[in-house]
Amino acid sequence: MAAAEFTTPELKEYAEIPALQPGAMAESKPYVASDKMNEALGFPGELVPDWEQKAVARLGELLKKYRSLKVYLDACVHCGACTDKCHYFLGTGDPKNMPVARQDLLRGVYRRHFTLAGKLFPKLVGATELTREVLDDWFKYYHQCSECRRCSVFCPYGIDTAEITMAGREILDSVGYGQKYSNEIIGKVHKIGNNLGLPGPALEDTLQGVEEDVKEDTGVDVRYPLDVKGAEVLLVTPSADFFAEPHIDSLIGYGKVFHAAGISWTLSSKASEAGNFGMFIGNYEQLRKIALRIREAALELGVKRIVVGECGHAWRVAYSFWNTLTGIGAGANDPFAVQLQSQLDQRYKQPAHICELTWDLIQRGALKFDKEANDHRIVTFHDSCNVARASRMGDTPGGQFEIPRSIIKAVANKYVEMAPGTTHEATFCCGGGGGILTDELLELRVKGALPRMDALNQVVERHGVNFMATICAICKAQFTKVLPYYKFNRGMVGGVHQLVSTAIRLGSND
Amino acid sequence: MATIFFAVLFYAATAILVAGLAVKIADYFRTPAPLKIPTTPAPTTTGGVVLRMLREVALFESLFKSNLWIWAFGILFHGALLLVLLRHLRYFTEPVWFWVGWVQPFGLYAGFAMVAGLFGLWGRRFLVERIRYISTPSDHLMLALLAGIGLSGLGMKFLMHTDIVAVKAFFLGLMRFDLQPLPSHPGLYIHLTLVALLMIIFPFSKLLHAPGVFFSPTRNQADDPREHRHLAPWAAELEKN
Repeated sequence: MAAAEFTTPELKEYAEIPALQPGAMAESKPYVASDKMNEALGFPGELVPDWEQKAVARLGELLKKYRSLKVYLDACVHCGACTDKCHYFLGTGDPKNMPVARQDLLRGVYRRHFTLAGKLFPKLVGATELTREVLDDWFKYYHQCSECRRCSVFCPYGIDTAEITMAGREILDSVGYGQKYSNEIIGKVHKIGNNLGLPGPALEDTLQGVEEDVKEDTGVDVRYPLDVKGAEVLLVTPSADFFAEPHIDSLIGYGKVFHAAGISWTLSSKASEAGNFGMFIGNYEQLRKIALRIREAALELGVKRIVVGECGHAWRVAYSFWNTLTGIGAGANDPFAVQLQSQLDQRYKQPAHICELTWDLIQRGALKFDKEANDHRIVTFHDSCNVARASRMGDTPGGQFEIPRSIIKAVANKYVEMAPGTTHEATFCCGGGGGILTDELLELRVKGALPRMDALNQVVERHGVNFMATICAICKAQFTKVLPYYKFNRGMVGGVHQLVSTAIRLGSND
Repeated sequence: MATIFFAVLFYAATAILVAGLAVKIADYFRTPAPLKIPTTPAPTTTGGVVLRMLREVALFESLFKSNLWIWAFGILFHGALLLVLLRHLRYFTEPVWFWVGWVQPFGLYAGFAMVAGLFGLWGRRFLVERIRYISTPSDHLMLALLAGIGLSGLGMKFLMHTDIVAVKAFFLGLMRFDLQPLPSHPGLYIHLTLVALLMIIFPFSKLLHAPGVFFSPTRNQADDPREHRHLAPWAAELEKN
């Protein structure tokens, strides 16, 4: 089905805060998950008859499990600091896309059912009953949030709308009102092993094809191995890297780095997906179950290091959550995690980002580059939200910003930074993160990309930038789709390891 | 009559404030944070977290990055309120602590700054469309309550004096369970009623942002998930299956 028609916003020299347009995005909502998709994940197949009581009860359970939710529902003072921080608000003007208003959709019901003030004086404190209208608003507006956490950076109490959105989606799933895109993908991960539903034999074929292409291109036998027991490194990467453009160019780059450095590595057919949509739907059990595949693969293959490819939310899950969920990390003293941690080589960070690995090799002089090979590119870097605001690289704060930039500068001569306030921890989401990279939400995705497109346009006009590097599969897919709406060439987005791949010297390093 | 009414009111208000906050804080404390979710720029050590929290609480660092108008009015109000509260310690200490004596002249002018900050914040609720949209009646009433406390206090200082020696005797008496007469003064009655009301609604309102900020996982966690395994009790249960 074609998405409804809409007008692409105009690019501006200076970003403007739009006037409120109530209801502007009231028609934007994703497809509802089918009964089969829901039941495969243990959720009710369709909206249960007593959804109101069930939803309130689920909220009550979550309030006992998550301090973030409890504190954030209480602490907001409606100061308004977040109101102009969300890219979806900036792109659409819909007031319910202001972070505080998005939170208030849940906060109203919390106040009504869980606070004295809301029980006694609902009108006074903005408490609301959970009506069908409110439930539908949850479904719409909790799928107009990419869980990018930009609002949390600017909130005086650190209130993170992503935590509220995750709770909202978790409640919706618990009453059988889940979103098709995310739930279908999670089903594929469990059934086939990756988000794109690429089965083992097809993956093997694909990797063989990649080897042939690289051989033809460079004359060098670079291997892209699958399920090799005893390899040193297990690389876990988003499945889009196996065939989507421009993602595959980064996969080629990872292989060249391992080849040039002489590190034995393998992919896994069981863990052929770094992405973890369990985080997007806010479901701890799914988050954990999906992450455990990596643990199992690592134990089976006996690897010493676990490295994650270019994927934003996957790196958040890996860096921030894997140690908690699966024991991939260090510093554990429980038998469950010690089993794995004693196998891993603790001289290296576990897990490591592919950029950490590559930068480490560059610093040690293990990789050599022909930077001129990238001279046709004037490069800028888009910080992906989950990498920027929810994870880190290297040994010091801010490593997630410095390391990818250092790699780019090591492999390319022409680099330009986008405007302050649109990069680093203040970066704007691509507009497609957090489980909304689906065609029925195209209007939202195009409009949500506006702040990034404004910033990109500025460096395109002033510096002739023609390549926006990023380290996230969702950013790559989203920009490839929305760049043409803003009259940019879709081919101008690509991975950091695509740049590495272009410049790296294979074979003799002397 | 008024003396007994205000004595009972302040005992009740104090009990509700202390017990209400204790229950809330215990609840925040007991509820686990199952995942590491600090927001960048996140310190990697506990010492760094303490510094971050200090900057957040004393300087409103995130708000400064966010919106200079809200920050300016917010810091003006909160800073002035702190000075005013310190100035009021003289009603509860005998002899008055020496540094409370030093604060007196600052606390006096802080009364005006506090009210100015409140009206700045209130004005935004009318003038800025986005903030008008998110404001609830209780947001306005909270500002009215605080402004009422500030204005009635300033009124007693500059327009209609009250017998502050007797007021002090009343509060010292309350603290020693030895009831002393409260001066009969309409401005004082208004001031004290509003203060008691503020104390009573504190644990049930958005004023919980004050304890809440210390429990905010995005601000109070160290960024060290790869170095230390962080496991909530209910999450650890899942590993036993």
